[in-house]
Amino acid sequence: MSNVLELQNIEKYYGNKSNLTKAIAGISFNVEEGKFVGIMGASGSGKTTLLNCISTIDRVTAGKIIINNQDITKLKGNKLNKFRREELGFIFQDFNLLDTLTAYENIALALTIQKVNPKEIDKKVKEVAEKLGISEILNKYPYQISGGQKQREAICRAIITNPKIVLADEPTGALDSKSARQLLETFESLNQKLGATILMVTHDAFTASYADRIIFIKDGKLFNELIKGEDTRKQFFEKIIEVQTLLGGDLNDVI
Amino acid sequence: MLFKLSIRNMKKSFKDYAIYFLTLVLGVAIFYMFNSLDSQQAMLQVSQSTRDMIRLMIELLGMISVFIAIILGFLIVYANNFLINRRKREFGIYMTLGMGRRQISSIILLETILVGILSLIVGIFVGIFASQFMSILVAKLFEADMSGFTFVFSKDACIKTCIYFAVMYLAVIVFNTLTISRYKLINLLTAVRKNEKVKIKNPVISIIIFLISCGILGYAYYLVSGGISELKTANELIKPIVMGIVGTVGVFWSLSGFILRIIQAKKSIYLKGTNMFVLRQLNNKINTNIASMSIICLMLFMTISVLSGSLSIKSALDKELYKFTPVDVNLYKTAYLPDSYVSSYSGKTIYNSKEQVEDSRKPVSYTLETNGYNMNNLKDVVEFPIYALPNWTLKDSLGAYYEITKTKYPTLLYDTPESIVRISDYNKIAELYGEEQYTLNDDEYIVLCNYEQMETTRNQMLSTDSTIKINGKTYHSKYDECKEGFIFIATTEINAGIILVPDNFELKDEYTEQYFLAANYNAETEEGKQEIENTLIGSGDTEFFENIENKGINLDGASKISTRESSRGLATIIIFIAIYLGIVFLITSSAILALKQLTESSDNKQRYTILRKIGCDEKMINQALFRQILIFFMMPLALAIIHSIFGIKFVLSMLSVLASPNELLPSTIVTAIIIGMIYGLYFLATYLGSKNIIKEEN
Repeated sequence: MSNVLELQNIEKYYGNKSNLTKAIAGISFNVEEGKFVGIMGASGSGKTTLLNCISTIDRVTAGKIIINNQDITKLKGNKLNKFRREELGFIFQDFNLLDTLTAYENIALALTIQKVNPKEIDKKVKEVAEKLGISEILNKYPYQISGGQKQREAICRAIITNPKIVLADEPTGALDSKSARQLLETFESLNQKLGATILMVTHDAFTASYADRIIFIKDGKLFNELIKGEDTRKQFFEKIIEVQTLLGGDLNDVI
Repeated sequence: MLFKLSIRNMKKSFKDYAIYFLTLVLGVAIFYMFNSLDSQQAMLQVSQSTRDMIRLMIELLGMISVFIAIILGFLIVYANNFLINRRKREFGIYMTLGMGRRQISSIILLETILVGILSLIVGIFVGIFASQFMSILVAKLFEADMSGFTFVFSKDACIKTCIYFAVMYLAVIVFNTLTISRYKLINLLTAVRKNEKVKIKNPVISIIIFLISCGILGYAYYLVSGGISELKTANELIKPIVMGIVGTVGVFWSLSGFILRIIQAKKSIYLKGTNMFVLRQLNNKINTNIASMSIICLMLFMTISVLSGSLSIKSALDKELYKFTPVDVNLYKTAYLPDSYVSSYSGKTIYNSKEQVEDSRKPVSYTLETNGYNMNNLKDVVEFPIYALPNWTLKDSLGAYYEITKTKYPTLLYDTPESIVRISDYNKIAELYGEEQYTLNDDEYIVLCNYEQMETTRNQMLSTDSTIKINGKTYHSKYDECKEGFIFIATTEINAGIILVPDNFELKDEYTEQYFLAANYNAETEEGKQEIENTLIGSGDTEFFENIENKGINLDGASKISTRESSRGLATIIIFIAIYLGIVFLITSSAILALKQLTESSDNKQRYTILRKIGCDEKMINQALFRQILIFFMMPLALAIIHSIFGIKFVLSMLSVLASPNELLPSTIVTAIIIGMIYGLYFLATYLGSKNIIKEEN
């Protein structure tokens, strides 16, 4: 199975020579096609910076990020925007839906800015909405629907362009536990039935337990990695909690 | 320290200040320009009577300036309020750092003073330059000589401008201090995240309302253009005005929904690029700003009508003026003064002198000759008496229509005798004036009238039963309507009625009401004519003036030169006031529109950030923003332009001036330039400001 995403020893520094902050200090890993990967870490560990770099919102200081055989660290300006529009799908914690647009329009917008033929747009929007079970709310505005529905709308927007990889930043962060569970099941089926590659950043162990594989980050470095394999979700969840306890701090840190 | 902070703040938020600063500079410049009119070069080179007109104009402009200052004051406070609101968070941070309200107030005070001084300097500078151009306009309007150009600076206007604006800035400072003292820290810190309510309307209702509003506007347009003949009294004007306002509000209430619906149906446009987003943005913006959009549209309508209307009225009025001043001079005096009469003011009996009584039984030329006036000054003299029969009053003329007319116009003086002139006398003056001459049979009469309201009233009677019985004989009107014609020099159509009777109509001498004389000056050049005019009109220590003054003879008159000058002066005053008010209205509406666009910047920012996140590049985003602001600015302007096409037409027809498209064109171009410049400036400032706001995050 081919790699959709390859990180090769990436580094990201902030500040200047006299006061340097290493947000990412050399991370490498691969994501294979059709996998559901979680990234975990405490706040300040660099996981959001990492996601920003992958999503081309931020630029790395050193290293290579290869998505679909293309080194995105070398892309610039409009090519970068085009790449972001066409190859990546985003799901955000606070949904980032436009409050003035209906669900239909929010989803269609992802295609219209790619200058897709209007005739196809209509068909595609209805198709993807059908898959995610939000057909009946297509004419509603974000303020008229629930948090879970909003996030599913956001997923529709993210996957309608058939991206190579879907990047999710704390997707359950703004949801209650029931909606969160539903959403994660949606992710699961997205991954299993539609074969979408998902990279999800979270700090919540339960959310992470839906992934196939989890990468832990601490102080800008890889700390650990867990693979679900044949485990049940409950077993996997317990493993995650264990790692998280370790991640919380070394014994040495406690005075 | 505070000073440093203020300066740094201003530098930082320069683009935010752009609209505020622009408004201040334009306000100062306009204020200076119109208050410096008196010292402008063109004003120094016009005739005496024009100078009087200019003095009147400057007094009027001075009064209007107070009104303008109030408008600008409100605008400046409003604009300033926008700035303060945008910086709530900054003040919140100062307060958490332990800065007191007083210190924050002094930061703002310093900023206000700095911006104030800077805008005054720049504004007056702009004003001085702009007033040089204005001088050229003045010269053209007053037909003054502008061959030698000098640069003019008015100290008085400068001081006046400074004082007025200092007062306005003081109001701003007071207002700011009040605002700051009311702030709570928590509100300051969380001010940024306040979402605008999204208002959604039923599209079907939108379409219905839109069609109804268009219908209302269409009918109002019809009323003021096609249905003009029904508009007789000022009260009837209220109907189209109210309909216009209701229609405008209705259009803005429904327009965006309507357009949205139409474009949604056309998928190839709707689902293209950021069209959908721009439309929704506009829909939302307009729906939350219906009232201000409508007011701005109506203000722009006034600006356009007033500017282009007043300029074309002036050129059309000039044409009329020439028609109604065909001779150099009219002289007239009251005939057959009684020996004594009881004054209606004081109730006392007033005795006329023997000389007055004697003179009043003789024609005007007798008065001139006997009092030593050199008759060689005049040529083409035409002279005749105008009669008034006690038993032929307006009431008699109206006959059966008296009652109806009385209920319609209760204040007319119905018992006033009609002015009666013999047909042969009138034909003499008609020949001199180059007007149509008439013939009459023994039992006929003709009514001359060009004052529109009286004309229609009189025509009702003339077209049905015009028979009237005078001294046992029956007369009827030769025509079933009033005829064009006039005797007295005038600026426009104000002849309310003169009746021409056959020469054998019995008219006793004591029925003479006035003696009338029309003549041209016996001179070839303008200077020569002016010299002769001075011997007749005005005052002086010549033998003639002394004599008639001693005898108490009251000789009235009107001359071509003074009538034309005063009329032109009047038109010019109207133009100046119109331009002054028009530009201030324009500045006000553009500034409000611009601030409205910028106020909800935080919501905009959020939305554009989302666009950026889902992969829109900067070019697309800027394009979307540009289109959004452009349409937002164009919508009220477009409707205002449509309004004013009918508005100007109506004003012109109300003043019964017929302006050909050729005469309208130059004033329309001037108006378009003024509006394009000021509106365009605000548009640009808004676009750049908004671009800056939505960029901030990165």
